Amino acid sequence: MGITFHLDIVSAEDSIYSGAVEFLVAPAQMGEIGIYPRHTPLLTRIKSGMVKIKAQLKEEELIYVSGGMLEVQPDTVTILADTAIRGHDLDEAKALESKRAAEDAMKNRESELDYAKAQAELIEAMAQLAAIDKLRKRGH
Amino acid sequence: MAGSREIRNKIKSVKNTQKITRAMEMVAASKMRKAQDRMKKARPYGEKIRKVATHMSQANTEYRHPFLIVRDTIKRIGIIVVTSDKGLCGGLNTNVLRKAVNQMKQWQSEGEQIEVCCIGNKGLGFMSRINANVVSQVIALGDAPDITKLIGAVKVVLDGYIEDRFDRVYIFYNRFVNTMKQEPLMEQLLPLTNERVQKNSGSDSESESRMAWDYIYEPEAKPVIDDIMIRYVEAIVYQAVAENMASEQSARMVAMKAASDNAGNVIDELTLIYNKSRQAAITKELSEIVGGAAAV
Repeated sequence: MGITFHLDIVSAEDSIYSGAVEFLVAPAQMGEIGIYPRHTPLLTRIKSGMVKIKAQLKEEELIYVSGGMLEVQPDTVTILADTAIRGHDLDEAKALESKRAAEDAMKNRESELDYAKAQAELIEAMAQLAAIDKLRKRGH
Repeated sequence: MAGSREIRNKIKSVKNTQKITRAMEMVAASKMRKAQDRMKKARPYGEKIRKVATHMSQANTEYRHPFLIVRDTIKRIGIIVVTSDKGLCGGLNTNVLRKAVNQMKQWQSEGEQIEVCCIGNKGLGFMSRINANVVSQVIALGDAPDITKLIGAVKVVLDGYIEDRFDRVYIFYNRFVNTMKQEPLMEQLLPLTNERVQKNSGSDSESESRMAWDYIYEPEAKPVIDDIMIRYVEAIVYQAVAENMASEQSARMVAMKAASDNAGNVIDELTLIYNKSRQAAITKELSEIVGGAAAV
């Protein structure tokens, strides 16, 4: 049995893999990299693709990750998998959208107040009508 | 039998209300379990990324990320307020919003400007009513917190920090303690404090921190560290949202249970009044008949 290191693959929504492995191959941004125990500290982005894992006394295992980050320490490796599709432009677009939504909400502040006011007036008018109706039924 | 019809109608309407609150209680109970699961599942990611951030803060990195640098002057503050989208969950939103408003008043009296990022409909409605400066928002998150939806709103705040629009960023949310207890919390998000980065890192950090080492970066230090830091902050926000959602469901379950119980009490009281008035009417009628018979 060879030496092993601890591997964790986690995403924001779940823990995908956790255990001792002998070596792994991951799709790093600059090309595939293989990692054996006692690797020097490394930090890199990974692309979407298959991570190949060889655990002790087990067959090689393939796990799909949709991109993320990879951190290597001599005896632990962590893969932080993304659940969302990331990209600089994509994030930018989302930020703009969120900003615009907030601005719209600010602009519509008055119209919302008007709406609440109109609703209150409507309820009052309906109550008055109901009261008049009751009086009529009593035979006035 | 004056008023007995009114009482009967009232009992019927309270019974209908009770049916609704009971159904909501049951829905909240089943959603709560799922929300708690989600909250627990989100934890490993938070822990791992914190570990990576801790390693990074110990390494002799060639590039210090702005999130890790504490600024001396504090003029503008960004806050993220996490609330639920829907109401009927007791004092959950009120508590967290009250905490936020008190803090905002204090900051304003110290002459600081505040910009708000709202996650959740209730917070957005409240913040726009009190004329707060809302810079970004996410509403209609649904039952599962979705990181895709959060990225945009969080990025507005993070960009603000990087561009020096904010000097501090705080987050307000309800921490899930247990089903009966939720705690409104304020936490500092940026700059990342040492306690936050080193929390849970354990004793091994001391020996490691003495070594001067750095990572190999692929392709370069800056973009990689940027990515990690942004993901780290997002993970904190995501965890806060997941906790808030679990809090929301359990608060709603408790509130609806209380409402169902109260409705039961009201029904009991009304039934008693109804029976009394019916009995009184019967007695009255009987005595009238007896009195009439005696007169003849």
